[in-house]
This record gives sequence, structure tokens and C-alpha cells, in this order.
Amino acid sequence: MERVPVTLRVNGEATALLVEPRTLLVHALRDELELTGTKIGCDTSQCGACTVLVDGKAFKSCTLLAVRLDGAEVTTIEGLARDGTLHPIQEAFAEHHGVQCGFCTPGMIMAAADLLARDPDPGDEAIRHGLAGNLCRCTGYQGILASVRAAALALREPA
Amino acid sequence: MIPAALEYVRPATLEEAFAALADPDAKAIAGGHSLVPMLKLRLARPARLVDLAPLGLRGVAVAGGAVRIGALTTYDDLLSLGEEVPLPGALRDCAAAVGDVQVRNAGTLGGSVVHGDPASDLAAGVIAVGASLVLRSPSGSREVAAEDFFLGPFATALAQQELLTELVVPVPGPGEGSAYVAFEDPASGYPLAGAAVRVGPEGCAVGLTGLAAQPLRAPAVEAAIASGGDVGAALEGIEILEHDGDVEYRRRLGAVAVERALAAARARAEGSVGG
Repeated sequence: MERVPVTLRVNGEATALLVEPRTLLVHALRDELELTGTKIGCDTSQCGACTVLVDGKAFKSCTLLAVRLDGAEVTTIEGLARDGTLHPIQEAFAEHHGVQCGFCTPGMIMAAADLLARDPDPGDEAIRHGLAGNLCRCTGYQGILASVRAAALALREPA
Repeated sequence: MIPAALEYVRPATLEEAFAALADPDAKAIAGGHSLVPMLKLRLARPARLVDLAPLGLRGVAVAGGAVRIGALTTYDDLLSLGEEVPLPGALRDCAAAVGDVQVRNAGTLGGSVVHGDPASDLAAGVIAVGASLVLRSPSGSREVAAEDFFLGPFATALAQQELLTELVVPVPGPGEGSAYVAFEDPASGYPLAGAAVRVGPEGCAVGLTGLAAQPLRAPAVEAAIASGGDVGAALEGIEILEHDGDVEYRRRLGAVAVERALAAARARAEGSVGG
């Protein structure tokens, strides 16, 4: 099948892709752009491991066709750190034991970024609700909850 | 899982979209959150996808006593509307009940409706609030009441070359209230039984989902509510589709969902001055 040119921004950089229309965003990111931080978990839009931001909102990249993203702004886990300094959400996950095996972590952090952009001061209930689309098979949810709480505080009151 | 090879068409106008959809192997794509999983499982194998995103079908307007919702409006768009938009409470409840934030960011109201899932949250809502669906085709436009749209599991009144462009939702009148309550399958998040109820001075309307072969309006349940009768008994007349969960268990869940949605709708109706 003929490949289709797609122009988008990925982690702030103008990016040109040539994709088959059936190519999923997660495959374009991992296989074409070698951004392997985004994980493929269930591959059935249940687990959220493949979550990235598209135009600032969280999406499951296993359920998006890359060809439809012409002109979009995509942010992956690789795009959060600035000049070698971790993003406050990443920092909080490291600090508060939000990471066990780490496989769900990129998706958790991107979903948390969407959540905290909407609600800078979520209670535990709102955090649980906001991360309902992300599964941690280590069941490390308490650490994740603590991490997002800490990240919210850090983003509201930068040190 | 990777979809089978397909062609991608990005029409600039509705006319171009209709032309592309003349091919019976073509399939329109909105948010893609029902269709892409089916493409990946190869349960659907269209030869070409016709992308509706460029057609300007996303957005909400209030005009002529109705909230007009573009078919490509996402659940998240709907939930982000301010309270000044006179959207029936049941529709907000339905949108909030769908999936997770990632799904609500992508999934569209029109896509959900035309997918015709027998356990669609939104379907119960659009039936209960008396929404009508604007279907456009090369030969013109028609409006179908939501309660007449769903014909069976994944079967609707939509023709191949027809597109749902708008959902027209009447602005709630004074003393009207509506709500949606569902019992979800904890794994899939889809309702095992869900009920949307609208009450008002002119009576009540009930939309059910997750129970029968298609989402449907339930006049027998409405009559039971009006007469103070037994909602559970009224549900006996509905043939329950076998999928997850015991049939009689789901029927009982349905009765509880109706009772709870009714109570919430009545609470909202109290003191409601209308949209």
C-alpha cells in the first residue's frame, strides 16, 4: 500500500513521516522515530502503557492511526525532561516510589500530565479517576498516587 | 496487532466524503475508538477509510430550543462545556461514564451512536432525552429519532452512503430533569445494564442499554413509573441479549439502574427552571 506523508511535531521538533495508512501511532513512534519510551502493553486500548499527549491531551497511541495526525503536536515521555532536568512529574515518580518494574510508568506519567493540566490540585479520588485508563500490573498504585500528589504540589509551588 | 492494508481518504467536503463512501468497501472514521480496535482484530476490513475529521463536524451550538452537537464532538468536549449550555443531565452522565480519560479525549458522540454497540452508554441517554439524529446523504437530509435508530447489535438505520452529522437535543423544559446510571463490567467498563431516565411535567422517558439486542426505549417501564408500579416486572417483557453476566442478574441490575436514575432525575427536576 502506498505510503502517505505526514508532517507533525514530536517533542517540539518538526517531524516528517512516510507511513502506511494502517500504521498505528505507537509503531510510528517506536519503529520509525526510535522513541521506545512509549510502551506497547495490551495493544487493545485497555492498559494505557502507550499513552502520549496529542495537542496536550492524553491518548492511547495504540488506537490512533498515524496518518490522521498531520499537523498535530505529539509529546512522548522523551519530551518531558528539559535540558537534562527531569520534569516534576518524573521527579516525583522517582522520589515517591511510583515506579516498580517501570513498564506502565511512561503511560502513567503522560496520563498524569493530562490530569494535572486540567486539575492542578486533584484529591486522591480525582487522581484515581484520572488514571483509570492506566493499569499497573505490579499493583503499585499507592506509590503512583503519592507520586502524582507530590507532582501536583511541585507544579503548583515550584521550589 | 496491525490492521490490514487500507487506503486513506481525507475529504475536504461532505460531497467528497459521500463520493468516497459510494464504495461499499469504504468506511467512515470519526474518533476511531470503536473502529480501530476492530481493524486491529481484523473484525472490520474496509478497503478504504474516509476521515471525517476535516469536515468541521465538531462543536456545540444552542439554537431553536435545541442543543445541536456536531457528530465529531468528543466526550471530553461535552464534559468541558460550561453549565450555561443547557445540556440534559443524562447526557453529561453518559459522557462521564464512558471509558477513561484517554477514550473520552478521542471518542466521539456520533461515532458511538453509529457504531450501534448494544451496550453503549450514550445510546440510552440520547433515547431518553428525545434526541434526533441528522443523517445526510447525496440525496439530502433526514432526521431520525434516536429511539428509532438502533436496530440490533451493531445495526442501525444508517445507510452506506449516509453520514450522521448532528445530534439535536431538545433544551430541557421547566421542571424537567434527567440522569443516567449504569452498572459496568469491571473489566471492560461497558454497562452490564444501564438506564437513562427523563422526568418532567409531561411524563417520563426511559432509555435502556446493555440489556436487549440494541439500546431501546422502554414504554412498559415508563408506564410502571407513571403508575407507581413495579419496574422489575415491567422489565420482564424485554428480551435480554446473552453476553457477559447472567441474564436474570442483568435484568435485576437494570431495574436498580432505572430506580436510581429515576431518583436522580427527579432530584434534578425539582426546582429546575429549564434550559
